[in-house]
Amino acid sequence: MTDWEPVIGLEVHVQLATATKAFSPSPVQFGAPPNTLTDPTVLALPGALPSFNRAALAAALRLGVATGSRIRTPCRFARKHYFYPDLPKGYQISQYDEPLCEDGAVEVWHAGAHTVVRLQRIHLEEDAGKLNHDGAWSRVDLNRAGVPLCEVVTAPDLRSADQAFAYMKALHRLVRWLGVCEGDLEKGHLRCDANVSVRPRGAPDFGTRVELKNINSFRFVKAAIEHEIARQIRLIESGGTVERQTRLWDGAAGVSEAMRSKEEIADYRYLPDPDLPPLVISDDELAAAKAALPELPAHRLERFMRDYQLAFDDADLLTGERGLADYLDAAVAALAEPTRARTLASWITTELLRELAGRPIEASPVAPAALAELIDTIEEGTISGKIGKDVLARMIASGDGARAIVARDGLRQISDQGALTTLAAEILAGNARQVAAYRAGNGKLLGFFVGALMKATAGRANPQLASDLMKKLLADPT
Amino acid sequence: MRRPSAPTRSRCQRCCAVSDLVGLGARELARRVRARELSAREVTVGFLERIAARDGAIGAYLRVSPERALAEADRVDQTIARGDDAGPLAGVPVGVKDVIVTEGLETTAGSKILAGWVPPYQSTAVARLRAAGAIVLGKTNCDEFAMGSSNEHAPYLPCRNPWDLTRVPGGSSGGSAAAIAADLAALTLGTDTGGSIRQPAGFCGVVGLKPTYGRVSRWGAIAFASSLDQIGPMAASVGDAALALDVIAGLDPRDATSLDAAAPNLVAALDGGVRGLRIGLAREYHPAQLDGEIAAAVRAAAAALVSAGATLVDVSLPHTRYAGPAYYVIAPAEAASNLARYDGVRYGHRAAARDLDTLYARSRGEGFGAEVKRRVMIGNYVLRAGSYDAYYRKAQQVRALVRRDFDEAFTQCDALLAPIAPTAAFPIGSRANPVDLYLGDVFTLACNLAGLPGLAVPWGATATGLPIGVQLLGRPLDEATLCRAGVVLEHAQGPRRRPPEPA
Amino acid sequence: MLPRDEVIAIAHLARLALSDDELEALRGELSAILGHVAALAEVDTTGVEPMTHAMPVTLRLRDDVVEAPLPVEVALADAPAQRADAFEVPAVLRGE
Repeated sequence: MTDWEPVIGLEVHVQLATATKAFSPSPVQFGAPPNTLTDPTVLALPGALPSFNRAALAAALRLGVATGSRIRTPCRFARKHYFYPDLPKGYQISQYDEPLCEDGAVEVWHAGAHTVVRLQRIHLEEDAGKLNHDGAWSRVDLNRAGVPLCEVVTAPDLRSADQAFAYMKALHRLVRWLGVCEGDLEKGHLRCDANVSVRPRGAPDFGTRVELKNINSFRFVKAAIEHEIARQIRLIESGGTVERQTRLWDGAAGVSEAMRSKEEIADYRYLPDPDLPPLVISDDELAAAKAALPELPAHRLERFMRDYQLAFDDADLLTGERGLADYLDAAVAALAEPTRARTLASWITTELLRELAGRPIEASPVAPAALAELIDTIEEGTISGKIGKDVLARMIASGDGARAIVARDGLRQISDQGALTTLAAEILAGNARQVAAYRAGNGKLLGFFVGALMKATAGRANPQLASDLMKKLLADPT
Repeated sequence: MRRPSAPTRSRCQRCCAVSDLVGLGARELARRVRARELSAREVTVGFLERIAARDGAIGAYLRVSPERALAEADRVDQTIARGDDAGPLAGVPVGVKDVIVTEGLETTAGSKILAGWVPPYQSTAVARLRAAGAIVLGKTNCDEFAMGSSNEHAPYLPCRNPWDLTRVPGGSSGGSAAAIAADLAALTLGTDTGGSIRQPAGFCGVVGLKPTYGRVSRWGAIAFASSLDQIGPMAASVGDAALALDVIAGLDPRDATSLDAAAPNLVAALDGGVRGLRIGLAREYHPAQLDGEIAAAVRAAAAALVSAGATLVDVSLPHTRYAGPAYYVIAPAEAASNLARYDGVRYGHRAAARDLDTLYARSRGEGFGAEVKRRVMIGNYVLRAGSYDAYYRKAQQVRALVRRDFDEAFTQCDALLAPIAPTAAFPIGSRANPVDLYLGDVFTLACNLAGLPGLAVPWGATATGLPIGVQLLGRPLDEATLCRAGVVLEHAQGPRRRPPEPA
Repeated sequence: MLPRDEVIAIAHLARLALSDDELEALRGELSAILGHVAALAEVDTTGVEPMTHAMPVTLRLRDDVVEAPLPVEVALADAPAQRADAFEVPAVLRGE
């Protein structure tokens, strides 16, 4: 049996977060009534011309710089010709042999390891409209035509469907992090095509690759690629050869189908667009884009693990959104003891996120410094963790700080050995039967006694102390 | 084609016959309208009457819009009555080549594929003319999608040369040239991609100005070859053309290829004369086998400039003979690309079809004429993967050399004087072979490739009375020098020659 | 002379339905035009940058400010076929 190695490259179309289209000032808006977002340029009316959106360039530049790409200046737009009803001009304005960005990379955490997926290029282009099928007819809605996109093309560096999925997630995170793309998958903000081939592990050459299109959901990325890998292996092992072709993924059926094509490969007749002079990026613009780069998610994740002692999963969760990571950093900065970061992080991932219930971190009812204060109050022993949850609820309700609430409501943890011992002895005295049962071997009754002490102190007894004390008293028959 | 009936003559104190208006020229008409010596309505009515009476034989207009024109004229008159400024072209009647979009007025690029298309937006050039008070009378005839040098590729209506109705007016802006020659407008807009303003200007004995590429916005100019097309004015005098260019030129953010340059200010430059100006004669434009009458006309024009104080310089533009081959790769390639949008889906002609490919192929096959199909086929051929480097890229390299030739020549002279075409207007139907037609463009193409300005000025006539024209080619953005020299030539010619009025 | 098959292939690329007569005529005309432009190969263009624009222009950028789009009636005003505010075409089959 051959050990097959999959080789995968992804082409992801990222919708840039701009107010207007790439080459004309009609608005970008999801779900608008059909053909209400058009102008002469979008409709490709005779005599109309393109004018390029500054914000689209800025977004693409940010992404290029964040991926460490080499920025080409000048770069050029090219016309890519084919006839299709959702392509009004009969060509798409894209970039061909002079793209904006080349040779960048995206850092991906996969299977506990940090990997680097190389990018061949990132280029600018415009989206096509939408075609809706209805029996013998199709209907064209040009609302989406002209929306600005970045096409991000990886090198064939991915070696499994899992890794491809991890890359997609990392790219998704990165583009949202940078404000380049809103990243709303329901709205199709990221769409991907996959190039898949297999080869015997260790073979120097690549196998014939197949292009997979219409993977129209994140969750299909893995399934579609796995299906294709399996299909190719099955085909080769039964004596066939993989044909260079394009296949369409059918998510509902879970299979792909070869596209019927009348021509072998489309001849796009690329032409540098004579309506759009060369696009120059000045040294200043480039420097400014580099200077404006925030700390990228992969770096931050590493830093959180290293400096805050976070486990990978927590660090991953907390770098899922830039706002969330910023919140953590701000809160840690306000801690009296930085070593408490790990505890603070777990409070964010459990208590705070639960409280937010899907709302963004910016809606947090508790400011970073306030949460830090709460953690300090717990970790220094002033209150127990259990009381802490109660305090948090009171913080959210009142807007007051943790220490103020503890003082005002008398929630200070009781750690006075003497007082607790007295209470504990009373409890033992009043529950002779349970004491006897415990001493006879029913160890589970410890919970009963600790619970009674907690109740007697209205929950304020230091839980650890209460437990130790009870154990000690119960152990001593005198 | 709709022939408008003659509009009723307006009540007019000073009984102005149509013949009084004709021949005044745009600047003088505007002056009189602003001074209230004439009303815009009178002028408009006069020209509309003349079109109704004469254009049936000529075919300069594809369609005329009397109601709109009169409404615009009234608007201008009201502005003046209020004491406001109606603009430097107040009341001037204008014809607009049908490849230039006019909002609300049917525009077809002279093609059946756009029959009935009414643009929902305005071209920048026409917007600026209207803002200056001009009155659009209608759309002038042209070769389909501006592809042609004789106006014979005109599926709606033939256009004839007013000087001899059996001959072509030139192309592709044949209608715009004929309209000026026959005084059916005081100004027209044409487009020049390979000579399409200058050559018909020469054939019809009128002035035609192709601006520096990027001077005039192409927003609303139905694209033929994007890197070559320019809108430009045609008129009976250099001064009128200069005023029109001053009005329509300027940066337009909607056209990324339009130039951010200082205003041309041509009218102010008109009377600068040519003393001390060095006029270049390029040997490649004066081959030994050039038609005797044409050659003589250029020599006489050169002499007139020398009399006015210019000096002559011999220069060479060695890559001239490659301008044609370069042009006939670049222009069709860009045209094939620009015409891909005519697919019967969103506007224009749609053929009956049950599947998409047939819909495309039939709509385009039925809607496009033979010349357009030729160019679209050649364009697709040269852009195919594998052909691009050898054809389009190579042609763009040769183009750079053509431009370099001019840049070099302009270190030795300030403007070039050259013939416009190897012959005067030829008989309709006499050039059946398309490649023969292409060879007639030899003197005009290089200027477009280089992006330089060019001014066609009438000079002399053939023995049989057909107009001959000469052209002046200049440095980028130096239309002013061309106009100065053009004015000198005009003065040397004497009063404007007009085609004979029909019996 | 261009092979007939090649002319047919280009006509398909260009989506032009041609009659047999047109095809034959174009075959000759295209061959003639290609003959005319063949002269380009004679020119030594080593090291010459292709000239893409007449003047040294660089791309101007447009501010990302919304302008009112065309009303849907205007967008569809000249549609040869429409339904439910969309342009209608014969069904696109997968693979076309």
